[in-house]
Amino acid sequence: MQTPIVKADHLDLVFQTNDGPVHALSDVSLEVMKGDFVSFIGPSGCGKTTFLRCVAALEHPTGGSLTVNGMTPDNARQERSYGYVFQAAGLYPWRTIARNIKLPLEIMGFSKAEQDKRVERVLDLVDLKGFGKKYPWQLSGGMQQRASIARALAFDADILLMDEPFGALDEIVRDHLNEQLLALWARTHKTCLFVTHSIPEAVYLSTKIVVMSPRPGRITDVIESPLPKERPLDIRDTPEFLEVAHRVREGLRAGHAYDD
Amino acid sequence: MRSVLPILTVVMAIVALWYGAAVMLNRQWTLDQAARAGQELTLTQVVADTMVQDRPKLPAPHQVGAELWKTTGDMVLQGRAFSKRSLIYHGWITLSATLLGFAIGTGAGILLAIGIVHNRAMDMSVMPWAIASQTIPILAIAPMIIVVLNSVGISGLIPKAIISAYLSFFPVVVGMVAGLRSPDRMQLDLLKTYSASRSQVFWKLRWPSSMPYLFTSLKVGMAASLVGAIVGELPTGAVRGLGARLLAGSYYGQTVQIWSALFAAAILAASLVGIIGLIQRVTLKRMGMAR
Ligand SMILES: Nc1ncnc2c1ncn2[C@@H]1O[C@H](COP(=O)(O)OP(=O)(O)O)[C@@H](O)[C@H]1O
Ligand SMILES: [Mg+2]
Repeated sequence: MQTPIVKADHLDLVFQTNDGPVHALSDVSLEVMKGDFVSFIGPSGCGKTTFLRCVAALEHPTGGSLTVNGMTPDNARQERSYGYVFQAAGLYPWRTIARNIKLPLEIMGFSKAEQDKRVERVLDLVDLKGFGKKYPWQLSGGMQQRASIARALAFDADILLMDEPFGALDEIVRDHLNEQLLALWARTHKTCLFVTHSIPEAVYLSTKIVVMSPRPGRITDVIESPLPKERPLDIRDTPEFLEVAHRVREGLRAGHAYDD
Repeated sequence: MRSVLPILTVVMAIVALWYGAAVMLNRQWTLDQAARAGQELTLTQVVADTMVQDRPKLPAPHQVGAELWKTTGDMVLQGRAFSKRSLIYHGWITLSATLLGFAIGTGAGILLAIGIVHNRAMDMSVMPWAIASQTIPILAIAPMIIVVLNSVGISGLIPKAIISAYLSFFPVVVGMVAGLRSPDRMQLDLLKTYSASRSQVFWKLRWPSSMPYLFTSLKVGMAASLVGAIVGELPTGAVRGLGARLLAGSYYGQTVQIWSALFAAAILAASLVGIIGLIQRVTLKRMGMAR
């Protein structure tokens, strides 16, 4: 029996705000196994970001327990267990792409030679070979987001946390990036936690889809994808794909039921 | 280059207005003189006279220009650039106090801003005092600073520089607090996921992010420094510096001298601010932050 990479057990998180308490996560239990690609999908405000931030120890749950790589999230962060990719690439305009990727490496104290080696390797992984000397403004939005994924990969974390990384990009670029992300995942055997609110994106990428609903933020369905690991883009027209998509949609509708 | 024409137009308009105002303001004296001498003057004679008075209420532009030349370029040609009658000499006196005060004020301003951003207690306590310090009229504070420092044997450059610093630290504090706080939550969270230390967050994110703010506040601070240095020269009966020239000019009704000292100060300020603007452009461009 494998131990889970992320294990949430009856997780609760209540934000105390000026307008009173906000129940961002309620009774969330979930296990993510090594090598899983887990998507979190749900309407905005259902706690997707909050859950990811808890895993990253950027928020702290008010109830329940959460372990990452068998440790507390805080310790997991100290151990460099995860790389976090935000919705915006957030590259420093005053640094070249290569030096942006070096940012975590400098902070973590890697040697100069090691930094250069790793930059080359991750640039290759995200298909940006030769772009190291460019500045962020010289790259398209999709390339910038790939650079930010490279930055998250540079220090060899086992877990990749991604919060709507392609949310700001157009459909065509997004398809392309999804394909590349799958290839990257297959090559690196990372465990991925991926937030999205696109159903096709969630179904296309994931081995496991977590459907959430708001007020209070909770899990309404967890779908194990029957799709094969090998997924060309046109898999999205197969009956199996459409069936999973249908189940996700059902789950989302159920979560919304007492809203309208 | 496209901006040359509009700028030239505005300058021409100002010069024209100035000549007009000079005629209006100086006319009375001309007429009074003529009346006393029992003369009748034609309009052209009146206008001509308003341009060449020794102590006009408002000197005409060419008078100020001539005085400026006489006390700068002409002195240089005569090899007396640093004589007591040279505006270059007085300008240098004021400039040295300005630069020293600017350096002190900027340094203090940056340090205070760093403290305010990193320390809650300083955030709560320093800002109100900084604001209060600027609500006290500098003309009330300046003589006290000079007298107090004089009594402990410090005079000349230092007291003026301190007044300059007093005026210039404030825009730097305000600008740098905003600049050091300009990184958004996402950027700070990213560094947190790397377990970055405070000093790493400062040097890798906050400091570079604050550069556009720094240059903007340096420009304001530089102008304030110059005002401080000139104000510092007023209450002491100083005999050196642009402030002293202004004061001497007003004692003896030398309006031409006052105006040329004013222009020298304005030119000095414009050059200093221009230099900072130049450094700003080069730096931000090299940092890929030019806007
Ligand atoms: N720092 C915070 N303080 C207060 N409330 C928050 C905070 N972060 C998130 N929330 C609230 O928690 C709920 C879940 O937010 P979030 O996790 O961002 O949702 P999602 O990412 O699914 O759109 C929302 O109602 C949001 O307003
Ligand atoms: Mg979100």
